[in-house]
Amino acid sequence: MSEIRSEREHESREAESLGHIVPLRVLLAVWFALVLLSLATVGAVRVELGSLNLWIALGIAFVKATLVGLYFMHLRYDQPFHAIALVGSLLFVVLFVGLALLDTAHYQHELIPGYAPAVRP
Amino acid sequence: MCREPRARGHELRRSEQSAAREIPHHFATPRQAYESGKLGMWIFLATEVLLFGGLFAAYAVYRGNHPEVFVYAHRFLDARLGALNTLILITSSLTMAWAVRSAQLGNRRLLTLLLALTLLGGGAFLGVKIVEYEHKWKHGLLWGEQYRPHHPETAQEHSSAPEIPRETPPGDRTNIPPAAIGPPGLASSTDEERAAHASAKEPRNVHLFFGVYFAMTGLHGLHVIAGLLVIGWVFVRARGGAYGPSNFEPVDRAGLYWHLVDLIWIFLFPLLYLIH
Repeated sequence: MSEIRSEREHESREAESLGHIVPLRVLLAVWFALVLLSLATVGAVRVELGSLNLWIALGIAFVKATLVGLYFMHLRYDQPFHAIALVGSLLFVVLFVGLALLDTAHYQHELIPGYAPAVRP
Repeated sequence: MCREPRARGHELRRSEQSAAREIPHHFATPRQAYESGKLGMWIFLATEVLLFGGLFAAYAVYRGNHPEVFVYAHRFLDARLGALNTLILITSSLTMAWAVRSAQLGNRRLLTLLLALTLLGGGAFLGVKIVEYEHKWKHGLLWGEQYRPHHPETAQEHSSAPEIPRETPPGDRTNIPPAAIGPPGLASSTDEERAAHASAKEPRNVHLFFGVYFAMTGLHGLHVIAGLLVIGWVFVRARGGAYGPSNFEPVDRAGLYWHLVDLIWIFLFPLLYLIH
């Protein structure tokens, strides 16, 4: 109830000011969550899970990045085009990294350790 | 006739100092000007993500092909210092977001205080980074051919590593590769042999890790310095009372940049310091 009312207050203030004002409570809560998740990353690395460790670390980092983007960078309150720009650039990075990995993995088993072929000019 | 009241209004606002922003004539409303500037900033941030994307690709390819190098070399990074820097940067992100909020609410004293705290956080981050770099510099844990470790832990191991010729002698070009292990032409590439080779003390090409490490943290560090310069400029202007509820764009844009720097570090920290 009070949440809704404070949201309305914010909306009315927003009309006067440019852009949305993020409530202080939200900022502090996000900071607290970020600290907890950072500690979780450090803790998670001590648990032996094989290759899953990397994905857990990346998953936590992704959640942290989402929190920073949504609240500190106002993406949740902005027009969606800003989020599209960010997510679009991330998609292209994933495409780039993914294809680079596919390529290098494809011929890796044919390489001979310690040998680089002489290239004729 | 029409100009008179306008000019007077202008002077009034000047004297008030927290002047309502004068928008360029090609914008219809202040809101449109604000949104356009913000969109431009976001497109710039997208190009920054792509810039770092190249380095993340290099990281992924090297780590995918030489996991043993990364497992071996990450021990030379102090995870406690990395975690400390993570907390510093997250906290400075909070103070920056809070600074934007106080600018929007017109709280000038809180704005300058929070901007100063953000600058302090960025400075502390760089300080920790310098301590880390200095440690690596002292022990020769550097990139490429500069990698000459004389860490007490590695000194012996490194000198006992077998010398493997990396190039065929000139005039002796052949399509038959020299073997890394064993007699020429009989290169072994079975998984067991490769694993045995890798686990023998220091793996080869450890410099790859430090090349990636310095490129990624170095570019990130340059971004921290750039962010500090921008926030420093905003701080100086904020002390002069330049920003108010209708005129806080520079604070907002500097904040977006600073959060991006934080965002990148969020990924760099586990990828470089916390390798399992």
